[in-house]
Amino acid sequence: MGLDFSVVPDYLDVIFLGALWTIAITVCAGLLSFFGGIFFAVIALYGNAAVRLPFRFFEWLFMGTPLLLQLFLIYFGLVQIGIDLPAFVAGAIGLGLHFAVYNSELIQTAIVSVDKGQMEAARTLGLSRGQALRKVVIPQAVRDVIPPIGNNMIALLKDSALVSVIGVGELTLSSQLAIGRTYRPFEFYAVAAAFYYLINVVMEAVLRRLERKTALSR
Amino acid sequence: MANSEKFVEIRHARKSYGSLEVLKDISLSVDRGEIVAIIGPSGSGKSTLLRAINDLDSLSGGEVWLDGVQINKTLGHREYEKHINAMRQQVGMVFQHFNLFPHMSVRDNVTMAPKLLKGISDKEAEALAIEQLNHVGMLERIDYYPSQLSGGQKQRVAIARALAMKPKVMLFDEATSALDPELVEEVNQVMKMLAEEHMTMVIVTHEMDFAASVCDRVIFMDGGVVVEEGAPEQVFRNPKEERTRAFLRKHLSVHGKG
Repeated sequence: MGLDFSVVPDYLDVIFLGALWTIAITVCAGLLSFFGGIFFAVIALYGNAAVRLPFRFFEWLFMGTPLLLQLFLIYFGLVQIGIDLPAFVAGAIGLGLHFAVYNSELIQTAIVSVDKGQMEAARTLGLSRGQALRKVVIPQAVRDVIPPIGNNMIALLKDSALVSVIGVGELTLSSQLAIGRTYRPFEFYAVAAAFYYLINVVMEAVLRRLERKTALSR
Repeated sequence: MANSEKFVEIRHARKSYGSLEVLKDISLSVDRGEIVAIIGPSGSGKSTLLRAINDLDSLSGGEVWLDGVQINKTLGHREYEKHINAMRQQVGMVFQHFNLFPHMSVRDNVTMAPKLLKGISDKEAEALAIEQLNHVGMLERIDYYPSQLSGGQKQRVAIARALAMKPKVMLFDEATSALDPELVEEVNQVMKMLAEEHMTMVIVTHEMDFAASVCDRVIFMDGGVVVEEGAPEQVFRNPKEERTRAFLRKHLSVHGKG
């Protein structure tokens, strides 16, 4: 039994819809991981013990356990305590928080390496520490970690396939659906791979643009 | 305040890091419109004293007053933060390494703080940026980023940024020390212009010529104390203290080689 891609066009709409869901969850989780990463970094660096300790536990939970388990916990586990999230929301939160913790590590290092004179200059003008962080320090820290955060975003895109197990109809799940009907795994996994690659290419282009745009501000 | 002559006043300033005493009971005052240079060897405490004026380095003891208000008041943490942020708006500071915000255009460097803290409109901010940058001769670079400027240009923008807050006093912490020699003059020109406008200034500097030609009074510090102070011609031509003479000899001989 050879390869036969002629079955693919019939399911292209299914695959395409899956790709849209993959993009949607990557964008939602990506935004959560970005802003969550900044938020966690500020807590880790400047929070008092009352918020830092719960954060440590949280960090351990998300860095020290498998993402798959985290998704199960959020989607199936939280129902038992009355939090019944739709699969997409549970998936976006799980993926987003997981990568937020990794982004937070990057941003913390970047915040600490912003020249001390920047905070001093901002405080000298009369800005509070919070204002100085928001206007002066964090923008520079984020600018400095665009490349590694971009890598995390691409990892997030790839790991978004995991949300198929809680029933989000994204690219991997929709290709499995097509395979279930046609018994043509190679063809449809190959098509799914092509779609992932395409999304990846677009993300990398956006990243390069961002890096170019911020080149002057160094 | 009862005595309005004492515009900036430092009373019994002490500062120590562990057992190391950096400032040992320093008292001095600066009149409104007066230009004071603080000179002295590295480690003499002159930068620490300057940074104590706006509480960038907190004193271990003593008081700092500006225009009748104590800057380093004893207050609860929250109230103090509010108080010091309001006081710092009235004290402009220029750093050795410029500390311009690299992620902002020249315009935004100048307008960010007034917009955020004084709530001025975009239109007012634009006018302010044009006014202040024109003042320091940097208007044509308004859309540039700091990375596109020379050191002297950066420092002029940093001065415009400080002036945009309309401070009552300007502090200069070795503003020309990090500059290539050929760029020093353009910054000195701006500072001279401010002097002619009767801006109150406290200038920590290594440039004796500049201190002599611009300042009303020179303070020589060494080992955390004020060794000698007086009019520039007196301190430079006819120093009373041996330590001042030794410092000036050394400095002038280094100067002479260049």
